[in-house]
Formats: sequence, C-alpha cells, structure tokens
Amino acid sequence: MEIPYTYKARPDTGLYNAKVGIWLFLASEIMLFGALFSAYILLRVSAPVGFWPDLALAWPRGLLNIPIGTFNTAVLITSSVTVVLAWASLKMNNFARFRVYMVITVVCAFAFLGIKSFEYNDKFSHYVVRLKDGKALTGHIEVNGKHPGFWNFQDQWDVAKLADQKVDKIKVEVDPERDIHGHAKKHAGHDHEVREIAVSDIQFLGSYTPSTHPFFAVYFLITALHGLHVLGGALVLGYFAFPGAKMWKSNPEQFINRIEVGGLFWHFVDLVWIFLFPVVYLL
Amino acid sequence: MSLKAFHIVFVAASVVLMAFLSGWSFLSYQETRSSEYLVWSLCAACSVVGLMVYGRFFLRKLRNISFL
Repeated sequence: MEIPYTYKARPDTGLYNAKVGIWLFLASEIMLFGALFSAYILLRVSAPVGFWPDLALAWPRGLLNIPIGTFNTAVLITSSVTVVLAWASLKMNNFARFRVYMVITVVCAFAFLGIKSFEYNDKFSHYVVRLKDGKALTGHIEVNGKHPGFWNFQDQWDVAKLADQKVDKIKVEVDPERDIHGHAKKHAGHDHEVREIAVSDIQFLGSYTPSTHPFFAVYFLITALHGLHVLGGALVLGYFAFPGAKMWKSNPEQFINRIEVGGLFWHFVDLVWIFLFPVVYLL
Repeated sequence: MSLKAFHIVFVAASVVLMAFLSGWSFLSYQETRSSEYLVWSLCAACSVVGLMVYGRFFLRKLRNISFL
C-alpha cells in the first residue's frame, strides 16, 4: 500500500507529509533555542550589580567583534536569498540555475563557519587578568616566552597553575581600554602595549572560555549549537545539489518538495542568527 | 506556511535587525563621536532600504509561484 500525501498535498489542508513534519521539528527547535535565550536573559538580569555588565571591563559589551558579526549576518541573509531562488528555479523548471544557487548557499554556509571558527580561535587565546587592587585588563599573554595556544587545553593557564610551575611574572599584550558602554577609549600610542605583571599581584587569570564568565558559557553554547545546525543544513543542501539531485528525473514534484523543506530549515537557522546577533553582539 | 511566506517573514525580521543596528550605531556615535559608528549606521540604514526593495521585487517576481 502506498503512503498517501508523500508529495501530493492533502486537498483539505494543502500540506504534504514532509511539510507537516518539518514544522513539527521546527516547533521543537523553537523550544530548544527559546530555552537557551531565556537562560541567557535570566542569568543576565539576575546577575549581581557590577558583574554583568562588568564594572571593571564593561563585559560583555565590546567583547565580540561587531563588524565580523555583521558580515556573518550578511552572509546568512545572502544564503537565505539563494536557497529560496534555488527552489523557485526548480519551480520554473530550470535545474542548472537551481544547482548554481544551491552551491552558492553551501559556500555561504561554510564561509559563515570559517569566520566563526576564526572568532572562536581569538576568544580561546584571549585572557582576562584581574588584579588584587581591583583593576582588570584583557589581552594575549606570554608565559615563559610562549603564547598559549587555544588548540591545546593543557596549555590553558590560571593562577594555581602559574604558582605550581613557579612562574613569577607574565607578559600581557593589553587590549585598548574600554568605557562602561564597551567603546574603546581614545588614547593614541597605547593600544596593545606589553605589560609585565607579577603573579603575586594577580587575583584571577582565565582565558575567554565558558568557565571564566557566564556570558562565555551561554555564548559558546548557543553559537556552537547554531553552528552545528548550519553544518547539518549545509550537508543536506549539498546532498540535494549533487547526489540527491537524481530524484529530479524520477520524481520532480517530490524533489521540489524536498528543496522546500530544506529551505524552511535553512530559513529557521538563519532566523535564529537574526535574533542571536543583537542579543550577544550588541546588547 | 510555504517557503515563500517564510522568506517574507525572514526578510521582515532582517529589516527590523538592520534598523536596530542602524539605531544602535547612531547612539554609539552620539556617545563616542567616532565617525566609524556614523558610517556603520548609514550602511545599516541603506541595507534596510535594500532589503525592503528586495522584498518587493521578490513578491512581484514570484507572484505566480506557490501560495503565500
């Protein structure tokens, strides 16, 4: 017996099975990301005064690179345009154009992930140094003449490890100072100066990793989960563009439906970023 | 909801985001008087207009493809 409405729409609802399925799946995804966004908001509004935003560093303001985040937003918006144009090309019976638009979509997806990994790299090798006099500074550090690399988690430093290894001083390539709104203060000639700091003066040392501040915990969790969705979507759309495109000859109607369902997922992933970008980069 | 309708929702959300970015950049410009923020605000405002023009073009171009 053939399963009904696998590609023909049910007359009373106007929906085929896969469309009902994808919307049920997207509903569960909305609950997942909604819970994470709620966690971020609740953690932030219930944080002690002076901790988030941080009085000494203005964290999280000024932490993330807004031009890079905006560029990534533009990349995802472009990919949404191309995925819908790919679907429209199939509707207009133009398979060659469909493939071109699909390839552009997948390239945009991998460009997004490449840029995001560049951002992650910078964060993992960045440190915050809180001094015993209440001051705090951020930047890349040098311990025993070496810059700790983000790829080696055993190479991450904290105060206990510095004491354990009998390190007296570290060098910090200090980031520009920021005001309470996160804007870099203007003081020509002092950006990225290298300061030597005695370990005995340091109260806390930690890289920009989830254990250092709740902001990083939520930031890495949501953006990594979103990145996994981008990767999954790119693989599926790439499959439709090449090996899965055989269906275009055997059952074009079902193939168009598959592209529509893939496009709906892709739009959802991009819509999550449209909410994520202002929440973690701008506010 | 079809892909066409969801795309319109997505473009509308992108317009709101870019308008917010433009406003945020303009406020930052007022706080810092840094011209970078002013340029950023103008670029975001231009993208608001660009996205609205695209949305209109998209609706016209795909008038005969799928329902909203």
